[in-house]
Amino acid sequence: MKMKNILLLLVTFSILTSGNAQTEKGTVLIKNGTVLTITKGTLANSDILIKDGKISQVGKGLTVPEGTRVIDATGLFVMPGIIDAHSHIALDQINEGTNAITPEVYTGDVLNPFQVSIYRALAGGCSVSHALHGSANSIGGQSQTIKHRWGTYDADALKMEGAPRTIKFALGENPTGHGRRDGVQPQTRMGVEFVIRKAFSEAKEYSARWDAYNKAKVVKGFRGAPPAYSLRMQTLADILKGEIILHCHSYRADEIQMMLKVTKDFGIKRLVFQHTNEGFKVAPEIAAAGAMASVFADWWQYKLEVYFSTAYNAAILVRNGVLTSINSDSPDLIRHLYHEAAKTQKYGGLNDDEALSLITINPAKQLGVENRVGSIEVGKDGDIAIFRNHPLSIYAVPQYTLVDGLVRFDREKDPADMRIMVDPKQTDEVTTIYEIGHGYDFCMQDASLLFEAVTGENK
Amino acid sequence: MKKTQSLSGALTVAIFLFVGVASAQSPKGKSGVFALTNATLETVTKGTIANGTVVISGGKITAAGTNIQIPAGAEVINCNGMKIYPGMIDAGTKIGLVEVGSIPQGTDERESGEIIPQMKALTAVNPNATVIPVTRISGVTTAITMPEGGLLPGTAALINLHGYTPDQMFAGFEGVILNFPNTGRRGFGDRRTEEELKKASEKALVQLNDVWDKAMQYSKLDSATAGKGVGYYPELQALVPVIRGERALMIEVNAQKDIQAALKWVQEKKVKRVIFTGVSEGWREAENIAKANIPVIAGPVIAIPNRDYDRYDAQYANPGLMRKAGVRVAIRSGEEGNGNYRNLPYHAGFAVAYGMSKEDALRAVTIVPAEILGVSDQMGSIEVGKTANLFVCDGDIFETKTQVSHVFVAGWKMPMQSRQTLLYDEFLKREPGLTK
Repeated sequence: MKMKNILLLLVTFSILTSGNAQTEKGTVLIKNGTVLTITKGTLANSDILIKDGKISQVGKGLTVPEGTRVIDATGLFVMPGIIDAHSHIALDQINEGTNAITPEVYTGDVLNPFQVSIYRALAGGCSVSHALHGSANSIGGQSQTIKHRWGTYDADALKMEGAPRTIKFALGENPTGHGRRDGVQPQTRMGVEFVIRKAFSEAKEYSARWDAYNKAKVVKGFRGAPPAYSLRMQTLADILKGEIILHCHSYRADEIQMMLKVTKDFGIKRLVFQHTNEGFKVAPEIAAAGAMASVFADWWQYKLEVYFSTAYNAAILVRNGVLTSINSDSPDLIRHLYHEAAKTQKYGGLNDDEALSLITINPAKQLGVENRVGSIEVGKDGDIAIFRNHPLSIYAVPQYTLVDGLVRFDREKDPADMRIMVDPKQTDEVTTIYEIGHGYDFCMQDASLLFEAVTGENK
Repeated sequence: MKKTQSLSGALTVAIFLFVGVASAQSPKGKSGVFALTNATLETVTKGTIANGTVVISGGKITAAGTNIQIPAGAEVINCNGMKIYPGMIDAGTKIGLVEVGSIPQGTDERESGEIIPQMKALTAVNPNATVIPVTRISGVTTAITMPEGGLLPGTAALINLHGYTPDQMFAGFEGVILNFPNTGRRGFGDRRTEEELKKASEKALVQLNDVWDKAMQYSKLDSATAGKGVGYYPELQALVPVIRGERALMIEVNAQKDIQAALKWVQEKKVKRVIFTGVSEGWREAENIAKANIPVIAGPVIAIPNRDYDRYDAQYANPGLMRKAGVRVAIRSGEEGNGNYRNLPYHAGFAVAYGMSKEDALRAVTIVPAEILGVSDQMGSIEVGKTANLFVCDGDIFETKTQVSHVFVAGWKMPMQSRQTLLYDEFLKREPGLTK
């Protein structure tokens, strides 16, 4: 084979493999459903046309050229794809717990498109999730908003193009427990505040050094070396510049207020509290600061800092004007966030739109992608979940989930075994008996492994 | 004089406020004669009765149906068309044994030792556990609370979710728990190899057979000596009622291979009273479980499938598939990780969404667990003569938004409050708000 042909083959191959899913968009007409737009009311017997991955029309009696895929949604409920602002699916690692401060790491580097949990999230109507770093340290890693493009072999194709950068911080028991085990700061909530203030203060100095250098180097005749580059410090500096949305694992009211003060002092505006179990106690303060909250519907009791929780948390936050979402932090809950959202109707009487906003437009705002997803509006991404029965009913059953106009979950047609990569070491008999909830703490995954490796203990 | 006036004024206001709050909701239960009128009765065993009345007296249901004579002096509660259900039974919880999960001092469910069936859950039930009212006001009136741990971690107990001592709460059933030798992994954290898993389960089976055989011998010796002179063997003594069929063996078993092994073991050892619990892969062995006529307490239903290649809804569909094969199925919540036993009706609801009939799912959280535990003469349905465990709600109890408005436990009308509702009352409109 001539060199030219080989080159051509290589180019073709690289286009086929790398370009594949990233550019794959669908065209489909969803006909005659009850459309829950979230932002523009509920439309009876209406159609949605998705063209090349984007919603191009919403209305009645829409027509399409022959050959276009049509989904008959008669008698079904059509809502925007569900968004989870706190998840750890599609990640090979969750915690870089080697230091109290690790903003230099990035979950986007460890995405795994083969985890079947991605498909199972789709089977619960969830099309977008926030692949968050864990909570072992006060300043954790940068995180990635992903689209559940199940079927791609390309980890990068999961990344939602253009989604803002995000980072995980953590307060309370997890980072202090970690500090205690390692014999370093932080071991108390006082220490957590100090670790964060110190990091930001140093990042300010770092920024100042670089600003001075950048200013000086353009002056003719400048002689001198640039300051040392640090990805750790640079990332913190980017937070201070407002380029990264800060997602902060938190439970207790006091630590939430501490973080509000710290971010105010350092001029950080984009702040989302994660878990926020005691957010209800400081809801006026969170609202006044313009911070947001992403919470569980009803989790409590698994540790001391969630002992004084209430399932009315989301409703209290909403009624006090805090932009709130319901998240999963679990490969199980991510499959039924519609049910988790419905719990706010039992606990606090939220109406349908308010409840559904908690898993659509609100998490979209918390991830900075509300111009792309979170409601059914012309111009937005064709991410859609179609249910038999209203999604807030216990009898809701997702039928189809679309991402970028492509049907990625089809209840009728999909086979039981949806794996796209089979572990050759795994036999068919291997079963795992999962426990519900924080019997296993996903936020601390890998951290315990690290602990075992360091101490030799196995607990 | 002026000072005294304003003081007494303040006192009056304070008394008024105190009385106002106290009369709004007493934290105590209330007993007496109650007539719940104008209700749709979901009796479970006798169908649905429209415009029905239930009379509660002396802790029992004394009348249920239409054209009921209301006893003089009864407190009448007009249900305005709302529904009355029998109290739900969650037959697999840690209620009263766990206060805060992650703190050793906050948990009492796990004693040291592999073979300790003599450890009694009822001993350690804290009647004032925070989770009790949290669970109760959602309509779950009764629960199995169970120890966990090794092969034979202890004896579980059925409790009503009201009472000030474990004895007051005890609802008439105890069962010995057997964690059947398990070849499956336990959650994400279990990193054992297949070889290690296999060895561990084989070793556990040897241990199990050993203790079972000894207990058989002990039982014979005990009979031969009319209960005297055999010596102090607490483990064996705790197993004797199981050997004799006076007490159930609750076998926690999940993986298909383990279900097969458990079926075989039960048959070989001629275990007289068996309940399978968990049974997450029951759908794979449903026909054999039905054939063996072993009842099942399944759950959690809202859970991840055990295997990567299983259909995503395997756990949702599990109770319905077992029922279809003829298995007697009760549903438990299995939500001990979060203390969310209040979600029991949602586990039943998911089973319905994925194939079980509504009737079977309702039976699975009421009369079926009552039957399996041998207390169906006392609870599990709205019938005259049964203990007044019941609740009133404004719709289908499986539906998430349904509100429960009254709960009765053993005839006690319970206050509709828990720490979680109190926090709501206090913080919905916090005072002071933003000002100091």
